[in-house]
Amino acid sequence: MNKIKLVALLSLLTALAPLQAQTAAPAMADQFRADGKIYVVITVLALIFLALVVFLTIIERRVAKIEKHLHQGSDKK
Amino acid sequence: MQNTVPRLDILNETIRNVYYHVPIWFAMIFMLTVSFINSLRTLSSADLQHDTHACNAALTGIFFSIPGMLTGAFWAKFTWGTWWTFQDPKLNGVAVSLLIYMAYFILRSSVEDEIKKARISAVYNIFAYVMMMIFIMIMPRLTDSLHPGNGGNPAFGKYDLDNQMRTVFYPAVIGWVLFSWWIYRLINRISVLQKQLDE
Repeated sequence: MNKIKLVALLSLLTALAPLQAQTAAPAMADQFRADGKIYVVITVLALIFLALVVFLTIIERRVAKIEKHLHQGSDKK
Repeated sequence: MQNTVPRLDILNETIRNVYYHVPIWFAMIFMLTVSFINSLRTLSSADLQHDTHACNAALTGIFFSIPGMLTGAFWAKFTWGTWWTFQDPKLNGVAVSLLIYMAYFILRSSVEDEIKKARISAVYNIFAYVMMMIFIMIMPRLTDSLHPGNGGNPAFGKYDLDNQMRTVFYPAVIGWVLFSWWIYRLINRISVLQKQLDE
């Protein structure tokens, strides 16, 4: 009999727990804090990737400039 | 293979940023060291090629500080609660070091004579490197810092980095250092081509 009571109490508590969690935490509406702030890590990755793309573009432009000069040089000849 | 990270308050999953944010700064310090060595070689050999290498390495290093700063600011926003704080000596040190290196590039562009430019910028770069090391490696350890491993203790103490994280962190450091070396060599090759064109 006691066991049944205990199980009933526990199940009630576990059922209520999510409700309590919802009211207890001051829920700030930002997605970045969701799932253990994993989105911050994703943003960090994205930032690094963007920086690399920018740098590669700069290098690409410098090479293109040299290529242009080379073609102009060969045209004159 | 399963990689688990320590479960910590406030940090939560962002502890994984250690794999990205920190190695990028390592790459910057590595590149600035390459720049420093090339400046020393410029002075000892008076070879202008070393000066070009020093400039390219500094450029690559400073480039790596940009994602370093952006990722740091973003990480700080969600853990320390602010994008930037002047309370942290490491942040201030990085800001000052960047200004010092900006001055290096301005100095280079303001001297016309090639040999004079190489000499002056090499001397300046040596001082800049020493100042950078003082500002970002020494000063943060003398006072309290929000960065782990600072404020009296050496970095990567046994409390700062989990052993399982080390298995990812160290290869990441090696990878980023090699990556910065690759970019540096690419710019060097462009410089050589540019020089051949100018002549």
